[in-house]
Amino acid sequence: MPKYVLDRRRFLRRSGQAVLAVSAAGRVMFFDPDRSWAITLEVFDERIARTLLAMTRTLYPHPSLGDEYYAVVVEALDAEAKKDGATATLLAEGVAKLDQALAVPFTELSEGTRTEVLESMEGDPFFQKVRGAVVFHFYNNKLVWRHFGYEGSSFEYGGYIRRGFQDLGWLPDPPPEVSPPPYLG
Amino acid sequence: MAKFDLNDDGVVVVIGSGAGGGTLANELCQKGIRVVLLEAGKRQSIETFVNDEWESFFQLAWLDKRTTSGSWRVARDFPNLPAWICKTVGGTTTHWAGASLRFQEHEFRTATVYGEVPGANLLDWPLTLEELEPYYAKAEDKMGVTRTHDIPGLPGNNNFKVFYNGAIRAGYRGCHTGRMAINSRPRDGRTSCQQIGFCFQGCKVGAKWSTLYTEIPAAEATGRLDLRTEAFALQIQHDDSGKVTGVLYADGEGNQHFQRARIVCVACNAIESPRLLLNSASAKFPDGLANSSGQVGRNYMRHTTGSVYAVFPEPVHMYRGTTMAGIITDESGHDPTRGFVGGYELETLSLGLPFMAAFLDPGAWGRAFTRKLDLYPYMAGMWIVGEDMPQESNAVTLHPSEKDRFGLPIPNVHFDDHPNDIAMREHAYRAGRKVYEAAGAIEVWEVPPYPSTHNLGTNRMSANPRDGVVDKWGRTHDIANLFVSDGSQFTTGAAENPTLTIVALAIRQADYIADRMAKGEI
Ligand SMILES: Cc1cc2nc3c(=O)[nH]c(=O)nc-3n(C[C@H](O)[C@H](O)[C@H](O)COP(=O)(O)OP(=O)(O)OC[C@H]3O[C@@H](n4cnc5c(N)ncnc54)[C@H](O)[C@@H]3O)c2cc1C
Ligand code: SF4
Repeated sequence: MPKYVLDRRRFLRRSGQAVLAVSAAGRVMFFDPDRSWAITLEVFDERIARTLLAMTRTLYPHPSLGDEYYAVVVEALDAEAKKDGATATLLAEGVAKLDQALAVPFTELSEGTRTEVLESMEGDPFFQKVRGAVVFHFYNNKLVWRHFGYEGSSFEYGGYIRRGFQDLGWLPDPPPEVSPPPYLG
Repeated sequence: MAKFDLNDDGVVVVIGSGAGGGTLANELCQKGIRVVLLEAGKRQSIETFVNDEWESFFQLAWLDKRTTSGSWRVARDFPNLPAWICKTVGGTTTHWAGASLRFQEHEFRTATVYGEVPGANLLDWPLTLEELEPYYAKAEDKMGVTRTHDIPGLPGNNNFKVFYNGAIRAGYRGCHTGRMAINSRPRDGRTSCQQIGFCFQGCKVGAKWSTLYTEIPAAEATGRLDLRTEAFALQIQHDDSGKVTGVLYADGEGNQHFQRARIVCVACNAIESPRLLLNSASAKFPDGLANSSGQVGRNYMRHTTGSVYAVFPEPVHMYRGTTMAGIITDESGHDPTRGFVGGYELETLSLGLPFMAAFLDPGAWGRAFTRKLDLYPYMAGMWIVGEDMPQESNAVTLHPSEKDRFGLPIPNVHFDDHPNDIAMREHAYRAGRKVYEAAGAIEVWEVPPYPSTHNLGTNRMSANPRDGVVDKWGRTHDIANLFVSDGSQFTTGAAENPTLTIVALAIRQADYIADRMAKGEI
């Protein structure tokens, strides 16, 4: 790899921003400077990927969840852009708009300012596209469910009949006339 | 399973295999009648169901494009998803939660009891509770409804504990784990509820009643059911005398077939049923079949709904166990001193995290919203279901320009809340808040209606052919061998979840059809 890429990466590591590079296998990877996560991209360039990543975080901030969970959304949008040219254009133009909103690129704005920029774009189809994608892809990731204390599929564990469906202890138990004991077979 | 010839004009064709159609088909087969059951969806099973909200949604839901109009919030939040219903064998009984309540006596006579309500197209049912009672009893037995027929109630889950304690402290008396078509004990060859918590995703042990694994296999066992899956009914055709002759449908490959019939019964749920009648317009019936009253598609009702979620200082884990086994019935009566006619029920409800993100405050984003979701394990939830006013202008109509893949106009669903609906919803939000605050809530959130899960009224029953589409048996006023067999028959919606009534009407209709066929009258 040419030297300037490495230098730039070193710079970016300090800035904490994710970078784009071509892997040995020829795939375009977008990854965290620490390489703690990486996604594959087919359409987006680095600026689009990074801006969308910042946008997803600003839309639905959960400070204790790392970028890797938001990157899932960027990957899904990239896959959609690959299938549909109109989506690719919508996203590319939307990112350009985000960057043009102020003199400084969107990714370099503070969270408060990013929020203001996004508020001004709420009616935009681009905004709705990305917002909808976060709601669908971010919260549908089994790995983030743990953070929210949602346990997901329960059938394979026999349901909750013996696993705490009535374990709440801070209120009195309802009487059996209104809530009979469970049938345990 | 039987296979009948396309030219066999002795069969009864039932369109739609959900609560209404699946039940009717089985009842007819049990009486020796041959039935062709056309179902647009594929056949799933308890093995193929998944405990995953979105994956299951894409497996079971009706996703064909629909449009919306009107001032209801669903039109803004979900412009192409007015209703949350299924396209699969078993219809929406795969998805449903199982709450199974009888209507109250006065709810069959709302025009009389509520009197003049401006803007509302109220009408008395041509049917009384007394007439329906024996069929309610049969339906409850068939479906294994708890707290009927000596079937014990379900055990309350954590969500119910919060709900119950709040209800009692708030002064309510009618709170219990509901009348649910979910086995609390093994019954009818099906196991009991394992508290899996994915009732909306198809019960993976079959404890919850669904026509998919009760009525339909029972009908198949008679050798008189020809179930055709991925068979999309396009048009009901008729002869010169005005009697229907059969149904044109497309199979999974898009090839079209015409199935002849002695009788046709439409049970496609309250959006597709009127759409099919309207799309069957002909030179003889230019406004659509059975539409001399002009009421096909009109008086669309969806229940006055909304949800209340609350956050508590200690964990709840509301998603563990049965989704809807909890009810407060105190507000279900008719008490106009509250500022509205009719009543509502409050029922426990839980959504998993993916659906919570989509439905808690559709369109919301930013820290205020994510902070709410971060409190997920501390949440408890309830759903409001109340009687909404029939209005002629709330209607399913054919889209003026957009067509589906068969070239047929797609449906538009128009809905405006009636002032009575708004007054009731506000009252119910306040009641829900009172319950949760009494249980110690830190915060209470009022959540707007989801896409309609209850869809009713668009081919309503009436004594006078001028006022509605079908008579007290669900037979269309205009065409002697055309029936409607689903929730679109409802004259008014009542405060109760509709499915028990749909099933009771289907059992009753089967008796009527069999009787008339035996007498050679149809
Ligand atoms: C999440 C959820 C929870 C619910 N919980 C409850 C509850 O607790 N209690 C309650 O009473 N109700 C509940 N309901 C509502 C209940 O599911 C419906 O009231 C009931 O299933 C309606 O029965 P139906 O026969 O009218 O239609 P459906 O059950 O929807 O069946 C209609 C069938 O017709 C088929 N169809 C449509 N058009 C065509 C066509 N052109 N050709 C061929 N086939 C066609 C569809 O694919 C479908 O299978 C719930 C619904 C949902 C979505
Ligand atoms: S909670 Fe009971 S009814 Fe619901 S899916 Fe689980 S086993 Fe079935």
